[in-house]
Amino acid sequence: MTEWHSAFGWLLDPANWSGPGGIPVRIGEHLLYTLVTLVIAVVIAVPVGVAIGHTGKGRALAVQSSGVLRALPTLGVLLLLALWLGLGFGPPLIVMVLLGLPPLLAGAYAGIDAVDRATVDAARSIGMTGWQVLSKVELPLALPIIIGGIRSGCLQVIATWTVAAYLPLGGLGRFIYDGLAVQNYAEMLGASVLVILLALIADALFALVQRLVVPRGVVVGRASDVRVRSSKRLATTSESTAG
Amino acid sequence: MIEFRSVTKQFPDGTVAVREFSLVIPSRRITVLAGSSGSGKTTILRMINRMVDPSSGAIEIDGADISTLEPVRLRRGIGYVMQNSGLLPHRKVVDNIATVPLLRGEKRKDARARALDLMDTVGLDRALADRYPSQLSGGQQQRVGVARGLAVDPNILLMDEPFGAVDPLVRAELQQELLRLQHDLGKTVVFVTHDIDEAFLLGDQVVIFKPGGVVAQIGTPQQILAEPADEFVTRFVGADRGKRALHVRSEGGRDVVLDADGRPAGVLVGAAPTRDEAGAAAAAPGASAQGDRPR
Repeated sequence: MTEWHSAFGWLLDPANWSGPGGIPVRIGEHLLYTLVTLVIAVVIAVPVGVAIGHTGKGRALAVQSSGVLRALPTLGVLLLLALWLGLGFGPPLIVMVLLGLPPLLAGAYAGIDAVDRATVDAARSIGMTGWQVLSKVELPLALPIIIGGIRSGCLQVIATWTVAAYLPLGGLGRFIYDGLAVQNYAEMLGASVLVILLALIADALFALVQRLVVPRGVVVGRASDVRVRSSKRLATTSESTAG
Repeated sequence: MIEFRSVTKQFPDGTVAVREFSLVIPSRRITVLAGSSGSGKTTILRMINRMVDPSSGAIEIDGADISTLEPVRLRRGIGYVMQNSGLLPHRKVVDNIATVPLLRGEKRKDARARALDLMDTVGLDRALADRYPSQLSGGQQQRVGVARGLAVDPNILLMDEPFGAVDPLVRAELQQELLRLQHDLGKTVVFVTHDIDEAFLLGDQVVIFKPGGVVAQIGTPQQILAEPADEFVTRFVGADRGKRALHVRSEGGRDVVLDADGRPAGVLVGAAPTRDEAGAAAAAPGASAQGDRPR
């Protein structure tokens, strides 16, 4: 319990909330790193995933390379890249992007894949071009799952950016590595709590966005509800439509 | 007029869906393609708007070979109605109906106004315009599907088992509605079904398929019932049993028509009484589908 007490003591100490190495600055750095990583990962993974979902080609390749990327030991790759490219923002950024790619890629192609094939076929049959099918049908319907992929990628990236302080860079990982060096466990624990909070808040925000982007017609009645309802309302329906 | 000239479709896996198929589909009539699943009827339908391209042979619409036409343009000029409506779930009813006119570059206001008119045409309450497809019953969704098919006032309307997924009561209602619409609009309708009652009820011309994309018989419902081409057609249309194998018995000076089980199906009118007691066989196309069989 004493560790927790001292951790909260560290968190509540005003001295830790000011200055160039203070908590707000580190949180800002951490968020900035995460944002840059996510933007790059989205730019790479979403178009590729969407293309795979739309064309149905290359899925095996995507699944395999996602598996490989997931299996990479983050710290090992980080050190390798740092030795190769030198210190700085580049190596950890590459590692974090690699870490973020699999969930984003999976979200993008699974999202497009989950769109009812009959709906897509219908859209083509009435004369939509491939691009129109993608932009007017597949993307709007797939968006919640695509955002879901970004959400889980974001969670991993926020958590893992702490490792980058090893290099050394800023971010909340700074406190953890600095605390470790001087055996200040209160600081380490306090910083971990901050990382967890940050991750949870980001996750909650994405959950909210995910709900907001569900197209309205899809929210109002799930397919299963409709079937139950329509059979119950059958009698009234035939009356009202006959008149 | 749509003309198929010895059209064959072989899929990459080697399956032959349609074999040497030739047919003239007359304008302003309903042509029904009937057959069990795997008989290639849907493939034939989808060739008309180039959702499927034939491996060999040619298809012409009003004398123009459709392989020279751009698929997207062609499809925007042909109405398409499918099973389970195929509506866009994230768009309101009125926007679903207006989809193709908007794709063709019509003004939003005009397209919406026309969509509302079409809702009247297909018997939908305008109050449903701002609902989403998932808020409608199956029958209402199919009506929206038909309205969407009619949105660009196409000459040709392709219907792929449009009433296959609704319950029998609503189906009968939609069938009658289609006949009424066809009476008013006079489209060239190509209608796919596996339900022979539906085929005989709606079709001016009926094409019966055997499995593997082979035509068993082409004709009017009357011709097919009167002279089934072979054993397969006889069985498929059920002329050898139940409600179609009717016979006439004279009772109290009137001719009563009985089905295969001896239940009365109706009374023969406008014909001279038969002398023979267990008399001539009579055929009643679509008797049950029209629901005029007394209980």
